[in-house]
Amino acid sequence: MNATRRGILTAVPIIGAGVLGVGFWRMLSDMRSGAFDPRAIKNPNVGKPIPSFAMPGLPGLGDGFTDAELKAQHRPVLINFFASWCIPCVAEMPGLRAISRNMPIWGIAYEDKPENAAGFVQRDGSPYARVASDRHGRVAIDWGVTGVPESFLVAPGGRIIWHGSAALDPQIYEAEIRPRLAGL
Amino acid sequence: MFGPEQGHFALALACVLALVQFAVPLWGASRRDARLVGLAPYLAVSQLIALGYSFLCLVMCAVSDDFSVQNVAANSAVSKPLLYKITGVWGNHEGSVLLWTLILAACGGAVSLFGRNLPDILRGRVLAILGGVSAGFQMFCLLTSDPFERVFPAPMDGQGMNPLLQDPGLAFHPPILYTGYVGFAVPFAFAVAALIEGRVDAAWGRWVRPWAVAAWCFLTCGIALGSWWSYYVLGWGGYWFWDPVENASLIPWLTGTALVHSAIVVEKREGLKIWTVLLAIATFSFSLSGTFLVRSGILNSVHAFANDPARGVFILALLAIVIGGSLALFAWRAPSLTSTGLFSPISREGSLVLNNILLCSICAVVVTGTMYPPFMQLLAGRTISVGKPFFDAATIPLTLPLLLAMGVGTALPWKRAQLARTFSHLYAAAGIAAIGVVLCFWRLSGIMPIACGALAIWVIAASASDVLRRIGIGHTSPRGVWERMKNLPRSSWGAALAHIGAGITVLGLCGMSQAQHAIVEIHIGETRSLGGDDWTLLDVHDYIGPNYKAMQADLAIRHNGKLVTILHPEKRDFTTQSQTTTEVAIHTNFITDLYGVIGDRHGTGKDTTYVLRLHRNPLAPWMWLGGLVMAIGGAFSLSDRRMRIGAPKRAAARNMARA
Repeated sequence: MNATRRGILTAVPIIGAGVLGVGFWRMLSDMRSGAFDPRAIKNPNVGKPIPSFAMPGLPGLGDGFTDAELKAQHRPVLINFFASWCIPCVAEMPGLRAISRNMPIWGIAYEDKPENAAGFVQRDGSPYARVASDRHGRVAIDWGVTGVPESFLVAPGGRIIWHGSAALDPQIYEAEIRPRLAGL
Repeated sequence: MFGPEQGHFALALACVLALVQFAVPLWGASRRDARLVGLAPYLAVSQLIALGYSFLCLVMCAVSDDFSVQNVAANSAVSKPLLYKITGVWGNHEGSVLLWTLILAACGGAVSLFGRNLPDILRGRVLAILGGVSAGFQMFCLLTSDPFERVFPAPMDGQGMNPLLQDPGLAFHPPILYTGYVGFAVPFAFAVAALIEGRVDAAWGRWVRPWAVAAWCFLTCGIALGSWWSYYVLGWGGYWFWDPVENASLIPWLTGTALVHSAIVVEKREGLKIWTVLLAIATFSFSLSGTFLVRSGILNSVHAFANDPARGVFILALLAIVIGGSLALFAWRAPSLTSTGLFSPISREGSLVLNNILLCSICAVVVTGTMYPPFMQLLAGRTISVGKPFFDAATIPLTLPLLLAMGVGTALPWKRAQLARTFSHLYAAAGIAAIGVVLCFWRLSGIMPIACGALAIWVIAASASDVLRRIGIGHTSPRGVWERMKNLPRSSWGAALAHIGAGITVLGLCGMSQAQHAIVEIHIGETRSLGGDDWTLLDVHDYIGPNYKAMQADLAIRHNGKLVTILHPEKRDFTTQSQTTTEVAIHTNFITDLYGVIGDRHGTGKDTTYVLRLHRNPLAPWMWLGGLVMAIGGAFSLSDRRMRIGAPKRAAARNMARA
């Protein structure tokens, strides 16, 4: 074995291990600061127009809404998928009520019996400006929802500009949503 | 006597002993002080005793339901069966780290007890390296994941265990897999000791190989068992998902397999020395990194551990010391290891080099596929996922020449082979493989399954014919065959068995590529057909188990009107953890698995329908059976090695007696 080959054989493992090590260290420090989340779900619909849909309302909570109505809005709207059977959604409610003072939130009840969803929304005061029922989860599939609660920020004209796959609270609103509102 | 504080103390004591075990023999070896070096085995055994005591304390806490211990409170409950109270000790992060270090200490103990024929200095250095790694992981255990931490006030009952983990297969999976991972610490320690000493020779190859083979056997069993578990517990009908956690075990297996083969070349021909040392370092490094990646949560996996970046930082620092240190030592000392002789490409050693190149290429593909998504996210901020299509497309073309070479390799003699003569031994195997091609065209569809299937038959036929030729079947009298059978080294039997096992596994994989499945929604009494069988849902009934409510189906399978079996798939609701598990029902005749899963119930009254998933999996059991045969092959060759290592000492003793 000549010197060059031996050099390669000794250098490659060290360089490889070094690159991996630095990368891992960056990932760990980003995980701590919250910049890197291996479990984050990137929604492919972000940056695209909303899919078309028409949904009925919930009993006692007015009519549902359609994509045309959402597109016709002049202010950004926060779309929130929820369900009465979802524990994080229960925990999310006070945060949503706080956010609803700043901007309209439209709720979509995902795979839920209309009477259960209506009772759930009205229990402690509804944060939603409008509510619709996605009884069989068909609309959620078009939106690329992977679980509830999930939220989308829709710009006037009907383009999705942000997606969050965790329960919302005022901190997330301040950190993620408000800066995007300023840009509109 | 066996309280958590005693356990904690014993763990700390073990850590101190490990540090001494690291420092004293190394210092002694550099001063050539035989007394200091001679302390190493005693330190290793005392460290093992202390750690064993510590582990026993944790088991006792779990068995006696001491919920003042955080780890027990979080993972156990009074109602849990005794077996799972014991095995649940290593079903969580803290306990599994303790088990990890216990196995590492056991490796040190094994080197102390079975390594009496090693030169004292080498054994001292090997034990010192093992002690150093041990100390690092015990510190990790003590500082970031203390299994003995108390809670106040103590809860009345624990939170229970994830019901998915309540399974006998999974209960014994971690110890076997960890023994595989950790076992490669011994070849690693041998490699580092050899680098410090600056000498690698045939004797080193002979010493390191049994340890590598032993670890390899456990890792093979561990991977097969894990795959079997995901097949019959997760209920998705799959057996391997190219999931990061699975890849983390496959990567060291690939380099470990390469190591087991390249060490033969060191032993027989004193070649590939630097390469073998590097493989020994790489295999253990991959084992460690796999553990790190899983525990830190960097890789997104279905096998989620509660992840904690703080722990990740500690393990990463440990990795930097162990891997970085050994690689730096390698870069510094490897050039002084001289290699002898050139290889002829057509020879046993030539075929082993090819084996190493192909195995390491497959390993590089798996490493790339596993690390690409997190690095892509880090560098470009884009989320991508690399899945089955990539791995299949990239690994199968590399596996084909590997299988081809496996059949030829064992038939080649050392140094220089004559192709014509070698091929004359392989005519029979080639004939069988030709029949195999026809068989594959008849039963399999798709070019890759056909090629793999035919080559798997080739491997099995060639390995079997090689052994048959060596024992003289066909040209020696039956008595001569018996004599030759007794004299054929166990390692030859082992190699043939392991290769046949690999062939069986590949055949199983080919069969599974032809699996059929259907998702149906049917009423009670309805029938659906799948792959020539008629599946009838006879009845569904509810019952209440010890800590769950269950829905059980009676699913009859008929073939041409004749009843094959009645499957009873279940769906269980665990109320305390509000979790649902599916109990898969499998009927196997070792040729085809019939696999049924029950899903949701829809509607009420007469309109009630049930969602069922029906699978027909040809040759599925062969995948794990092949893994078992591979491990048995390894164990066979191990039984040979041990005898031979003992031989020089016994010969020396005999000579002494004669004199």
